[in-house]
Amino acid sequence: MVKEQANWSPYDNNGGTVVAIAGADYCVIASDTRMSTGYSILTRDYSKICKLADKSVMASSGFQADVRALQKVLAARHLTYQHQHNKQMSCPAMAQLLSNTLYYKRFFPYYAFNVLGGLDNEGKGCVYTYDAVGSYERVGYSSQGSGATLITPFLDNQLKSPSPLLLPAKDAVTPLSETEAIDLVKTCFASATERDIYTGDRLEVVILNANGLRREYMELRKD
Amino acid sequence: MLNFATPVSPCPSLLDSSLLFPVSLRVIDRKIKAHLPTKAHSQVSIMNMSESVQVTNNLTNPEASSQRTLYPYVTGTSVVAIKYKDGILMAADMGGSYGSTLRYKSVERMKSVGKHSVLGASGEISDFQEILRYLDELILHDNMWDDGNSLGPKEVHNYLTRLMYNRRNKFNPLWNSLVLGGVKNGQKYLGSVSMIGVHFEDNHVATGFGNHLARPILRDEWKEDLSFEEGVKLLEKCMRVLLYRDRSAVNKLQIAKLTEEGMTISQPYSLKTFWGYGAFQNPTVGAEGSW
Repeated sequence: MVKEQANWSPYDNNGGTVVAIAGADYCVIASDTRMSTGYSILTRDYSKICKLADKSVMASSGFQADVRALQKVLAARHLTYQHQHNKQMSCPAMAQLLSNTLYYKRFFPYYAFNVLGGLDNEGKGCVYTYDAVGSYERVGYSSQGSGATLITPFLDNQLKSPSPLLLPAKDAVTPLSETEAIDLVKTCFASATERDIYTGDRLEVVILNANGLRREYMELRKD
Repeated sequence: MLNFATPVSPCPSLLDSSLLFPVSLRVIDRKIKAHLPTKAHSQVSIMNMSESVQVTNNLTNPEASSQRTLYPYVTGTSVVAIKYKDGILMAADMGGSYGSTLRYKSVERMKSVGKHSVLGASGEISDFQEILRYLDELILHDNMWDDGNSLGPKEVHNYLTRLMYNRRNKFNPLWNSLVLGGVKNGQKYLGSVSMIGVHFEDNHVATGFGNHLARPILRDEWKEDLSFEEGVKLLEKCMRVLLYRDRSAVNKLQIAKLTEEGMTISQPYSLKTFWGYGAFQNPTVGAEGSW
């Protein structure tokens, strides 16, 4: 008896790029709003950014159904945490939870490429970057998704990230001001849109700082 | 001299038994889905005819693998829908294809759901009927609360997304692309769910070929607050293009209108077509040898 082959895949890549940059007292999380499948655009207006807690914002690209399910699982777990501890989860705590949640499905992964941004317990900006099965690292900036290969080298150049091999470890958080960081992110996406077909339409930027959360939008090329 | 070509069906060995079954029986008789295309096997289990929960675990039991959906059999083609001034307009043709055979020509692929929504589906017709059964139960339980609240289109869309995603997780998908539209308290809503759970909402959606042929037209010509006549004209333009270019489309369609007052679905009708275009008469005049 020949084993039957499934002629459908449980995964799809709905494209898109996400970026996050940590500053001294702010964090910028950005993503494009295009959702595609194959060579078609499904919608030009889909948000990949999800606020998980007061000081944690996650942006994910990859397979949209898995991303949405992941957002819901984390939101539910955060609600439970709030009931049990009577406080919001800190960003480092959420970072660990996200990693564990991803690894939980190590053998049927969430096809989600995540970047978690927020403010740590001291109010400094923090960015955590993930792969699909949960391995993560705190960094000063990161980008994931279809345009990541175009954006990361540019950020490396602009943000002059210190070598992770240095001892004592040098802080990777950028000395740029908030407006400069937002401008940098807009430049990143304008460039990525030129060359990556899955990135474009509109840019959504979420800025987290001591005053709270605010959103900015910018139109991108629609071709 | 009439030449009868053998219809290409998805599963040649089923031609003898299942072609004679009307759609409703095929839905009940899940034994057909369990049929392996290559050899007859003794492990076909007679499914319980009553509405019981599927007990066999599809992932750990090797004999159950033949009970997962592998490919669709009777399929519907594109559904196209738009928001307009008073609500939602949705169009779908009435064809149910069995591979390349046009087997059923009066399939209603759009149905109302509760008071506020309409669901259109492309893909496997029997799975669509299954989804309607799930939704029946959902609406029933909602009504039984008798609390004056009723499920709106956003809620139904979310339910369908979870339903499709969960089936995909069990590697046994409902082979449909769904369009869910509705109006509640003046708020218009139009969403789409694919068979693996990918979902979104927008001002205009389409499934299947509609994504490739209708969406570009809608992106160019859709605008806020279309009148009913403008909306129907726009949908008919999309359906006409699909009729010309999608081989599984049939020239018998319905248009569903959903407003705050409720849903009305038109009588089936045909679009006027014109095949006399120069490009159709001599399609390869610009590129000899192409098709």
